[in-house]
Amino acid sequence: MAADSNAPVKPESYRSGPDERGHFGIFGGRFVAETLMPLVLELEAAYAAACESPEFQEEFDYYAEHYIGRPSPLHFARSLTETLGGAKIYFKRDELNHTGAHKINNTLGQILLARRMGKSRIIAETGAGQHGVATATVCALFDLPCVVYMGATDIERQAPNVFRMKLLGAEVIPVTSGTGTLKDAMNDALRDWVANVEDTFYIIGTVAGPHPYPAMVRDFQSVIGRETREQILSAEGRLPDALVACIGGGSNAMGLFHPFLDDPVRMIGVEAGGLGVDTDKHAASLTGGRPGVLHGNRTYLLQNDDGQINDAHSISAGLDYPGIGPEHSWLHDVGRVEYVSVTDSEALDAFQMCCRTEGIIPALEPAHALAHVRKFAPELEKDKIIVMNMCGRGDKDIFTVAHALEINL
Amino acid sequence: MTSQIHPDRLADTFAGLAAMKRGGLITFITAGDPDPATSLALMKRLPQSGADIIELGMPFSDPMADGPAIQAASLRALKQGGSLRQTLDMVSEFRTDDQLTPVILMGYFNPIYQYGATRFVNDAVSAGVDGLILVDLPVEEDDELCDPARTAGLHWIRLVTPTTNDKRLAKVLQNTSGFVYHVSIAGITGTRSASSGSIDDAISRLRTHTTLPLAVGFGIKDPAQVRTVTASADAAVVGSAIVSEIENNLDGQSRPLPDLLDNVCSLVSELASGVRL
Repeated sequence: MAADSNAPVKPESYRSGPDERGHFGIFGGRFVAETLMPLVLELEAAYAAACESPEFQEEFDYYAEHYIGRPSPLHFARSLTETLGGAKIYFKRDELNHTGAHKINNTLGQILLARRMGKSRIIAETGAGQHGVATATVCALFDLPCVVYMGATDIERQAPNVFRMKLLGAEVIPVTSGTGTLKDAMNDALRDWVANVEDTFYIIGTVAGPHPYPAMVRDFQSVIGRETREQILSAEGRLPDALVACIGGGSNAMGLFHPFLDDPVRMIGVEAGGLGVDTDKHAASLTGGRPGVLHGNRTYLLQNDDGQINDAHSISAGLDYPGIGPEHSWLHDVGRVEYVSVTDSEALDAFQMCCRTEGIIPALEPAHALAHVRKFAPELEKDKIIVMNMCGRGDKDIFTVAHALEINL
Repeated sequence: MTSQIHPDRLADTFAGLAAMKRGGLITFITAGDPDPATSLALMKRLPQSGADIIELGMPFSDPMADGPAIQAASLRALKQGGSLRQTLDMVSEFRTDDQLTPVILMGYFNPIYQYGATRFVNDAVSAGVDGLILVDLPVEEDDELCDPARTAGLHWIRLVTPTTNDKRLAKVLQNTSGFVYHVSIAGITGTRSASSGSIDDAISRLRTHTTLPLAVGFGIKDPAQVRTVTASADAAVVGSAIVSEIENNLDGQSRPLPDLLDNVCSLVSELASGVRL
């Protein structure tokens, strides 16, 4: 064997993964308990069949258009572009979707699949609550009981979303184990699934978990990138120079990037740097972590030398996860996508700037992407084009932002 | 391909149990819970209290298949500096006095992955470990640890669950040795208990597929359940009930109360009465 046999192999296409075992290079896989393994295989088969079914695609497209409100617009951020004085900046407006974030693209796809599989009960984990709300929403639409696991810490800082889920008829179960955040909510959702194997479908909210979840969630979210491609071609007559998206688990970024992976387009994923990646209070798994196994897949994780998972920190509850989707880990290692991080305070500054220059209150998650655009757009020529995914609206975050700015509402 | 280490304590133990015509008691504790010294002292007293096989949990921050009792035990151990290295050292120290009782390590893959799979199986063999149970390594991931562990001579004990259908069962049993661990419920540790009828049915089904000894675990809490289960199975596994008894003997700062060892060992003796006349 060659000495560098562990170096990632550059593929002919960056869009062909995963392999039949669910691997993107060394990442991904199916690291789950035996109890769940038959269910994971059943899901894989059902999803493969759905992908071959024109009816399934038609159903998805119908609800995407009439219920979610797709396609979401591609907005030229003229004022922001002028303020920054560099590349042209476009926002993919996925915050205009029903429920206010990109999360519903995936929950729609998964609940349609759950119905095809005859499942009668839905569970989900949530961090910021956007995925929980998106799951509760489609459960209300299709009249299925919904249980959402949410960390007790997150319940406190995302009270409006908790109330939304309850209004939509979901049961929100506070998770107090561990640190009471997203990773613990995912643990408890997996525990629920193991105990309710007969009737329950687990709607995972990001491009992580055992195969086929990372690929399936990516596919449902890729509607973002497919639309962006058509829209930018129509607006500018060419592909963009760069795509920018924030990354917690990485579903909005994967959805935007995937349709462009084989094109000459630069891609930048922005992780949550919290108080700084040189501190122990951040959520930048690629910048500050190393490969490990958690929640069914091998991927970059924040962990100590003994392999115990560290707590993540971010001002944004939606990015506060110590892992990242396995396909991102692979794209990082093969060098196809650049990954950077911005801090809580940079995201807060970008949040405020966006409100005032574009009249859009962004979620704290895409405020991270915008914080990087602020650094990077002025360095580019004026004829360059950047598309940033505005993946969520910020109404849910106004209390967190007020608190961070020391303002009493 | 497997070069089983000698002595094969698991095979000897099950042969001994068969000769005595009684079932075995497998007791679970988490290494380092509530602190390294107490945990080692407890481990050393388990055989004389009636444990036939010791299942030692390798602490992990995110034990996804475990219920609240064992999760809490993991966190207590980690808070006191528990680590995979410490777990292996604990087995080494145990082996200075006890050459006979089989020790099985149970846990999750990530700490081992960080330690290095090859280094781990070598160190585990040196420490005197007999077998491994890895919750999050299904047959689909056998190349990660199952293959190197079996090559090094460790038993690979696989969990068979109510969702493991016949087609899958053949695959699951293929690289299994030492014994088969039947998970009696679809669920996490320390919660529901299966009916004795469903356990009997599952054991009968497994007997038609394997000659390996069969152990049953999940939801077994008292001597009566131990007795019922071992009427058909070769051994019963008790975990959460023992770990909860440890928790019941801690002060407000999770420090052991003076009677912890005696109280936990007397529970183990009671449980052992379920496999003895």
